[in-house]
Amino acid sequence: MTKPVGIEVAVAAAEAVALCNIDVAAVYPITPNTHIAEHLSDIVADGRLDAEYITVESEHSALSAVMGASATGARTFTATSSQGLMYMHEVLPIASAMRLPIVMGLGNRAVSGPLNIWNDHSDIMLQRDSGWISIFAENGQEAVDMFIQAFKIAEHPDVLLPINVNMDGFQLTHMVEPIVFPTQTQVDQFLPSYRPFATIHPDKPLSMGTLALPEIYTEAVKARDVAIVNSKKVILRVWKEWGKQFGRKYEPVKSYKTAGAETLLLTMGSMGETAEEAIDALRKKGVKVGHLNMKLWRPFPFEELSKAVKGCKLLIVTDRALSYGGPGGPLCSEVRAALYDDPSRPEIVNYIIGLGGRDMRVEDFMKIIETAPKAKKSGGAYQLYGVRE
Amino acid sequence: MKKQWPETWKEYNTGGIVFEPGNARSFKTGSWRSMKPVWDNAKCIKCGVCYLFCPEGCISEDKDGYFIADMDYCKGCGICAHECWPCAITIIEEG
Amino acid sequence: MIEVRWHGRGGQGAVTSVELLAMAAIDEGKYAQGFPSFGPERRGAPVEAFNRVDSRQIKLRSRIYNPDVAVVLDESLMGLVNVAAGLKPDGILIVNTVRSVAEVRKSIGYKGKIFTVDATGIAWKELGVPITNTTMLGALIKATKVVKLESLKGPVDHRFGRIAQKNLTALKRAYDEVKMN
Repeated sequence: MTKPVGIEVAVAAAEAVALCNIDVAAVYPITPNTHIAEHLSDIVADGRLDAEYITVESEHSALSAVMGASATGARTFTATSSQGLMYMHEVLPIASAMRLPIVMGLGNRAVSGPLNIWNDHSDIMLQRDSGWISIFAENGQEAVDMFIQAFKIAEHPDVLLPINVNMDGFQLTHMVEPIVFPTQTQVDQFLPSYRPFATIHPDKPLSMGTLALPEIYTEAVKARDVAIVNSKKVILRVWKEWGKQFGRKYEPVKSYKTAGAETLLLTMGSMGETAEEAIDALRKKGVKVGHLNMKLWRPFPFEELSKAVKGCKLLIVTDRALSYGGPGGPLCSEVRAALYDDPSRPEIVNYIIGLGGRDMRVEDFMKIIETAPKAKKSGGAYQLYGVRE
Repeated sequence: MKKQWPETWKEYNTGGIVFEPGNARSFKTGSWRSMKPVWDNAKCIKCGVCYLFCPEGCISEDKDGYFIADMDYCKGCGICAHECWPCAITIIEEG
Repeated sequence: MIEVRWHGRGGQGAVTSVELLAMAAIDEGKYAQGFPSFGPERRGAPVEAFNRVDSRQIKLRSRIYNPDVAVVLDESLMGLVNVAAGLKPDGILIVNTVRSVAEVRKSIGYKGKIFTVDATGIAWKELGVPITNTTMLGALIKATKVVKLESLKGPVDHRFGRIAQKNLTALKRAYDEVKMN
């Protein structure tokens, strides 16, 4: 096993993608994903990676270009954030419908307006229904591991779906921290070469990205939905294999000090680590509280969530995005829906935190856990934590 | 009897891929034509403009370099006649 | 765990300093974080960068509000920014200046340890440019012993290539010359 090296997470992400021996990349830079775009292009220019790096004129073109490349059987990669992802939005569902196993790195950043380049989850939440597999990294090591896992998951013949790996912009992307890289040999062993289901080729022509009349569109939706729901089996298997080979465990919902916990705090992304410091401090004081970090967002981990909240009386769900005029944050809405029919479900309260890069300290998480029992829960209520009234 | 196209979601090709390329050929769009083009080869200068402009792509060059439309697909839209410089194409009534 | 805040101006390499320090600590088998004050900033504007170093896994991902150490790369910042803001009362302030420790203490009113070094002078002599980011790393290491001096060699070599040796010389000089009173 290699020694940990100090490296910026975005740079490490580019190195991880290079280890996966991609064939084509088209990455349009946008803060905070710029270092992935720049470093990956450096790796290709230095000759360390034999790949085609297409310098496109926009994010829309970036995804379109890799879709075309993927259709020819290339292993492809792109990355973006926020407005760039929004610019790609038109093509995102098509990549999923065409069952192209593209891997996309996201440096999660708030969506304009007002213009904000700092970290929250509003960009990925706006792409919720696009039919992509979505996983969230809690730290730099997870980000690196997840990129390598992503190719294996996406390209699996039972999956064949695009996947995005979410890293908190700035919070993770611009952080130098210790990361252990697998060796090229280990990655080659873990990740077989891509065997596409069908490719466009002049010798054997076929049509991709076709029209569907009302007579067949519903069946097309069902086929795709079944694929993404079934992909969970593959994701769990890949994570199990990773755990065996590299000793690092991944699960759809990670539990931290949840034994005997009456209150649980649910996070997604890297704020989970700060939250765990709060949990440690509270546990020392005898407060029975635990932490859950959701790593698998799509397909939604219904079973794992249900199991993780068993016995809990109060579930505090932290969201880093808001659906204006709706029932709070997207994560909480889905958790509520998932647990609705469970007669022993906990009380659920929603805190919207860390919007537009607003910092969350250990004290903030402790305050949330302290005030949650009295917070309004019904009628779609949510707390916009820290808003100055 | 083999189904002409997928009906159930399980029969839907992965990614909606159509494996028979160019199957538009099996739709004979000329069947409801009411007008048709006729070439006067004495006037034809063999420029190929009619071939380029045909929206159906059914005009082809014969062995002498003159042009003719494939009546299985020609819809009689008249664009070839409209574009022909030396007015070598006339549109006449079908039948 | 030790938390360090660096004060510099955009373009003076504060971010490079935190990266080199983080890499050195990680090479020693420690845990470390190095990050800038996130966001865009023009050349010359006051910026901050941060380090955390610990022997156990660092899970804090919030910003640093009460650093143990503050390092000032450019003295002219001291009129603009309160470089001792939030600095722990028993912490360390390291300033690039030709003034004496007493003079600095008088002007800023900080009660904890103050170290000074003429990093600009060293940088001009050894590097030919008044960029003090690597120089001040030497001062920081002497004042805090957060990492071993030798641990900087690898990261500096890797980052600076041909001019690595000059940077290491400047670093060592600041390590030797930084004073506490």
